[in-house]
Amino acid sequence: MSILHTVNKSPFERNSLESCLKFAAPGAAVLLIEDGVYAGLRDTTAVPLIADALERVKIYVLGPDLKARGFAAERLIPGIGVVDYAQFVAMAVEHAKVQAWL
Amino acid sequence: MSETIKKFLYLNRKAPYGTIYAWESLEVVLIGAAFDQEVNLLFMDDGVYQLAKGQDTSGIGMKNFSPTYRTLGDYEVKNIFVDRDSLAARGLTQDDLLQIAWEDIETEESVENIVTVVDAPAVRALMDAADVVFSF
Repeated sequence: MSILHTVNKSPFERNSLESCLKFAAPGAAVLLIEDGVYAGLRDTTAVPLIADALERVKIYVLGPDLKARGFAAERLIPGIGVVDYAQFVAMAVEHAKVQAWL
Repeated sequence: MSETIKKFLYLNRKAPYGTIYAWESLEVVLIGAAFDQEVNLLFMDDGVYQLAKGQDTSGIGMKNFSPTYRTLGDYEVKNIFVDRDSLAARGLTQDDLLQIAWEDIETEESVENIVTVVDAPAVRALMDAADVVFSF
């Protein structure tokens, strides 16, 4: 069973996402929540980090957090999934554990 | 009563909602404006996200305070600046930002949008010109 990683910090302010993606094992899931969702947007300086990681791990964004910040799913890098709270809970259940990168 | 008008610069560098900084800054800006001081707002780094249009917090149980920025013109705030490099690093353009109108009730002078995207030299000049800088 793989790990579900959550990242709640902006990639432009903290290195939480960078560390998470460095250590996440192939096949793991990474869920971007709160200010972490900014990492999922197109055309930012974080794109190379995300593009590289998408070859090894699945990346998701929590929809309500993205919407709160004014961005639609169309603004996300292709390959990133959008989940709601119910799906977040389901993912937490499906994975062996949840690891938060605060 | 003699009054000294000071130039206040509010430096906003944090994204909204994830922390309380953006909301607190807005509160202090409104207080400063009520005391008839010259208010300048500068958004840089993740602070530019505060002005993203289309914010909808209905799904996260928090107050959407972004409409309040659009009322700043009514508080005689006329100087709102956004760092161009911060926008570019985030794949954003001025089209992604709120428009904030300003109008002088007495002279009927009006500006359609007081949000101005500025380069680094203009940012430096703003900091130099300020009497007081409030950092958020």
